[in-house]
Amino acid sequence: MSEIVKFTIDGKEYEGVKGQLLVEVAAEKGIYIPVLCHWKGVKPAGSCRICSVKVNGRFMAGCTTPLEADMKIENDTPEILDIRKAIVEMLFVEGNHFCPSCEKSGNCDLQALGYRYQMMVPRFPYEFERRDIDASSPKLIIEKNRCIFCKRCVRMIKDEQGKSYFAFKGRGKHLQISLDKKLAVTMSEENAHKAMDACPVGCILRKEVGFAVPIGKRKYDHVSIGTDIEKLNK
Amino acid sequence: MREKVISIVQSYGKNSGRLMDILLSVQSEFGCVSEEAVSLIASELGISEVDVNQTKTFYHFFTTNRVGKYAIYMNNSVVSEMMGMAEVVDELEKQTGVKFGQTTPDGLVSLHFTACIGMSDQEPAALINSVVFTQLNRDKVRKLISDMREGKPVESMFSEYGDGVNANPLVKSMVKNNIRKAGPVTLGEYAVGTSLGKALGMDPNAVIDEVKNSGLRGRGGAGFPTGLKWMFCSKEAGEKYVMCNADEGEPGTFKDRVLLTERANMLFEGMTIAGWAIGAKEGVLYLRFEYKYLKAYLESVLADMRTKNLLGNNILGKGFNYDIRIQFGAGAYVCGEESALIESSEGKRGEPRNRPPFPVQKGYNAKPTVINNVETFCSVVKIVEQGSAWYKAMGTEESAGTKLLSISGDCEKPGVYEIAWGMTLNEMLAMVGATDVQAVQVAGPSGSCIPPSQFGRKIAIEDLATGGSMIVIGKKRDLLKDVVMNFMRFFEDESCGSCVTCRSFNMILTKQIEKVVAGTAIRTDIDNMKAWSQIIRKTSRCGLGQTSSNPITTTIENFRELYEARTKDVAYQSDFDMNKAVADSCKVVGRVPNVHHE
Ligand SMILES: Cc1cc2nc3c(=O)[nH]c(=O)nc-3n(C[C@H](O)[C@H](O)[C@H](O)COP(=O)(O)O)c2cc1C
Ligand code: SF4
Ligand code: SF4
Ligand code: SF4
Repeated sequence: MSEIVKFTIDGKEYEGVKGQLLVEVAAEKGIYIPVLCHWKGVKPAGSCRICSVKVNGRFMAGCTTPLEADMKIENDTPEILDIRKAIVEMLFVEGNHFCPSCEKSGNCDLQALGYRYQMMVPRFPYEFERRDIDASSPKLIIEKNRCIFCKRCVRMIKDEQGKSYFAFKGRGKHLQISLDKKLAVTMSEENAHKAMDACPVGCILRKEVGFAVPIGKRKYDHVSIGTDIEKLNK
Repeated sequence: MREKVISIVQSYGKNSGRLMDILLSVQSEFGCVSEEAVSLIASELGISEVDVNQTKTFYHFFTTNRVGKYAIYMNNSVVSEMMGMAEVVDELEKQTGVKFGQTTPDGLVSLHFTACIGMSDQEPAALINSVVFTQLNRDKVRKLISDMREGKPVESMFSEYGDGVNANPLVKSMVKNNIRKAGPVTLGEYAVGTSLGKALGMDPNAVIDEVKNSGLRGRGGAGFPTGLKWMFCSKEAGEKYVMCNADEGEPGTFKDRVLLTERANMLFEGMTIAGWAIGAKEGVLYLRFEYKYLKAYLESVLADMRTKNLLGNNILGKGFNYDIRIQFGAGAYVCGEESALIESSEGKRGEPRNRPPFPVQKGYNAKPTVINNVETFCSVVKIVEQGSAWYKAMGTEESAGTKLLSISGDCEKPGVYEIAWGMTLNEMLAMVGATDVQAVQVAGPSGSCIPPSQFGRKIAIEDLATGGSMIVIGKKRDLLKDVVMNFMRFFEDESCGSCVTCRSFNMILTKQIEKVVAGTAIRTDIDNMKAWSQIIRKTSRCGLGQTSSNPITTTIENFRELYEARTKDVAYQSDFDMNKAVADSCKVVGRVPNVHHE
């Protein structure tokens, strides 16, 4: 039994199903709240923080907050937009991103958000962290320089017995994504595909295929990220 | 090795929920959790190796390489540094011939740094194979290393024990209690079992009401009303748990250590009362690994309570079944955050959960769970015994009762003080014998750095809230270098890394403060730090990220002149050091640098 409740986003009134996650509710109304770690139907990670919105004056992650009656949600305000831009900048200085040589360029959610928020130069100093590339498995290359730790691969890619292919290693500044060496050997074509598609950036890449869609004809080459959602509002 | 690892996994019922215990046993058996061991554990548990590794690599007492036969974990917290850690470190490196992070070639000694081990009143302190060594100095280090060369057991390297239970045959520790002021509640008179007997004669809801009426608020730092928390949990259906947070990781806190030592009975009694009140059958004490020296003693207290029918089946003949087990952590400050503590107890990485759901709705093993601090449970015992009115009469309007303070740093009488809420910082400083005070760090790194102009403020939840950590910082200290920089490095190491903001910002802010200390920062860097701190505060998932910029923001606010004195009032200054860069590159190619100096 779903209960319908009233709420507002940026002052406009809406109705929605109580308990639904804010990012999903908003998308239905044609309002784009950016996400990097969220994937519909998968347990939310609440880790990229880019979906931060203000609910009744308090900051909350839109991907982990369920809708309640009478919520006053702020989404499109200068304060919030600046925070989102800062988070994108942070991800760029934290990892090592050289878009022109990246297979994901044009299909990459991080890059697309960089364009959407008109990032020119990050306000933060670059970290230049040394991270390695793991190309030891038969089907995948893990380009750790580009990982944004969204945990999509960790949450989504499992074998038939439910074992994880991917997991984090270390903590804090030493965090790394790692692919299970043993399981990787027998990884199915389907899972390899799914892993690359799940990764919002160019960290998980399939071997032996690349640039199948040429630059210029990719997802975000002509339209800004989020326009598919905002179309509903037009 | 194979058989041993397999038997360890079997002893925990091949349950991946007990992965922490499995890893702890393997580490203590072999001095490491090698890749081979990981592989065995994974196959025995039927999970992938990366899943074993993700837990293993989260905690810093698990190592891939074998630690030395004597593994020395030196505390590098602020107070340890203030009390002379540098000399101890220097002597350790001299005597062993290796640097921190290394093991002697013969495998005898390994040197490691570790965050605050809860001994701020007797620093510099270190853990050697889980045995605590306090008040170290060069002489003691020389003696210790020579004992190690002779192969002496760690326990025989000292013969004087601390006071009270520290001298108990099951503890035999040199740790001192340093109880400087006992109050009427947690350090007051206490008779085992009276309060529990009274509680079991009451309706569970009446117990909750008593706690509610007392005005007791959580002593772990957040100050949430305890009775309310219990009420929320008691309303949930089904199986429930009680957990005690004995992670005590906030640098400068050590009052839970003293309660665990001197009031173990009281703590377990409090947890049992909570079990009765909310309808739980099992309690878990999450104990930080640093306090492993208390394990045998705490277990004996539990056993004794079972014999006395204060735990177990049909407690005191009232038909209530309840027992408590001890769960160890393995070195991670963030596991003190309640939902991370739950994750860790389930054998996982100590990553704080997203809320909702809250632990009272869905906690340990996805069941409703009440988590409270050690001091909170101990306070409940007296509240039930003496009544809520007695308790509420102490303290202030909004902060009822007494509070244990762990006071350390530049003062004559560091130790534990049970005070009524409402004492001013001035009164506190007089009490501990502190003069020439530059600042008081209230509530540890995640709290605030308070200047003398505000020493008239009250220690109370409504003014200066604290979980108990109070570090007195004398005038002789370099506040930014000795304190703020140390705190930021602590957070940088201890962030779980889940949130972009907390993972990245603590790194960025640490670099910024290092820049200020190095004298290469400019005025705009100060404003940047302030502005950037707002982002991490607003958008991080848990209390760690929400407060980790406090060392910087509160010192910019209260000691701005220190920043201004170290920064240049120019529009731009390059971080690039030409001389150093040339020297570095010459080193690589083997040339002598010849740089033009202006
Ligand atoms: C990073 C972090 C570390 C914490 N460490 C501790 C701790 O060591 N001990 C503790 O009791 N509470 C700690 N807390 C607070 C707990 O999350 C929780 O609020 C507390 O255990 C609840 O018990 P109480 O209501 O009795 O205080 C910590 C919180 C955060 C965010
Ligand atoms: S992952 Fe995205 S942002 Fe990073 S280099 Fe590739 S295209 Fe650029
Ligand atoms: S590899 Fe890709 S999907 Fe996995 S955590 Fe990193 S960015 Fe996310
Ligand atoms: S705020 Fe920091 S410690 Fe807390 S969940 Fe986020 S990354 Fe982890």
